[in-house]
Amino acid sequence: MSISTDKTEAELMAAFQARIDDEQKIEPKDWMPDAYRKNLIRQISQHAHSEVIGMQPEGNWITRAPTLRRKAILLAKVQDEGGHGLYLYSAAETLGVSREEMIAALQSGEAKYASIFNYPTLTWADIGAIGWLVDGAAIVNQVSLQRTSYGPYARGMVRICKEESFHQRQGYEIMLALSRGSDAQREMAQDAINRFWWPSLMMFGPHDADSAHSGKSMQWKIKRQSNDELRQKFVDQSVKQVEVLNLSLPDPDIKWNEERGHYDFGEIDWDEFKRSMTGGGPCSRQRVAHHVAAHEEGAWVRDALRAYRAKQKAQAEQAAA
Amino acid sequence: MAEENMHLYEVFIRSKRGLDHKHVGSLHAEDPEQALEYARDVYTRRNEGVSIWVVKSSDIFASQEDDNASFYDPMDDKPYRHATHYVLPDSLNNM
Repeated sequence: MSISTDKTEAELMAAFQARIDDEQKIEPKDWMPDAYRKNLIRQISQHAHSEVIGMQPEGNWITRAPTLRRKAILLAKVQDEGGHGLYLYSAAETLGVSREEMIAALQSGEAKYASIFNYPTLTWADIGAIGWLVDGAAIVNQVSLQRTSYGPYARGMVRICKEESFHQRQGYEIMLALSRGSDAQREMAQDAINRFWWPSLMMFGPHDADSAHSGKSMQWKIKRQSNDELRQKFVDQSVKQVEVLNLSLPDPDIKWNEERGHYDFGEIDWDEFKRSMTGGGPCSRQRVAHHVAAHEEGAWVRDALRAYRAKQKAQAEQAAA
Repeated sequence: MAEENMHLYEVFIRSKRGLDHKHVGSLHAEDPEQALEYARDVYTRRNEGVSIWVVKSSDIFASQEDDNASFYDPMDDKPYRHATHYVLPDSLNNM
């Protein structure tokens, strides 16, 4: 049912912004500015791609997990990530973009995903570090996004946050076991933290002053807290968590700042961030190539489903005739 | 009888922006437009909703509760999917 309206673009825009300022959600059938729609499609599809590509570095260790329990846990976690990708693709689809378009954009390199997944998982401790730090950073971001202005995205985030709660804890539990183990195990845990710490900080994106999409995103409440605010929150919680492990974060500048009530920390290597973002990460090409291969090699399953449905339909028609 | 041609529609109402549509009941109507108007008259007389969905009941494909034992079987023995399965030091303050 379409509702005809004589309102001008400016009036529609004012009503839209008033609704957002009033903390009301925007729902799929509402009028929204094209830029809001585009911005959301970009952000939600990138988020979905990150969930799906993120299955690869962890999937790498499913067959090599040290115990049956760890294997079962990792399988369940990777399965969750696939599910989260699906929730997010569905939320993006309510904005009028198709699944095929989004997948094509991922596979052509036009769409981005979190650059952290372009790093390899070299040891078992990496699985611990990813759960603790990478999922930890993702949760900080996602908790904030539960209050995003677009209804389907906000509701997806609520569901995802609820399911994610075990992801970070299982990662931390791996780190805890290693930190209480042999010297070699402690070293392995520390090495994983050393490699994943900085990329985890990069997950929050550029500084607020350099962030291309931040201004409008904040005005439209797509983002509720700035990149730097969220990053600070993550640093503060991680400093306390690493102390319990009796390990350290690879940043000599981390120091409590009484005045700010937060931990100070060192500057991120933004050249590394840009390299990794623009496809120069250690595994960038491999990640996308694997996605393409999985999609193509899975074509026979989709073909079989279609053939089965056609056969069922033909049989039903024959029976009716 | 003309009434026999009426379709059964399930009605879902969003009580407030930001919340999911929730099933509230069903009604008979000739077509979706009519179902929507009936739903408005029957289910939202006291401002219960800001948005209504109507779905033909025959378009809903539902699982059977009698099959639950086998349908959900693989989910039952995976306590590690829950955060509480992981025992961590208290000093972490509810990670």
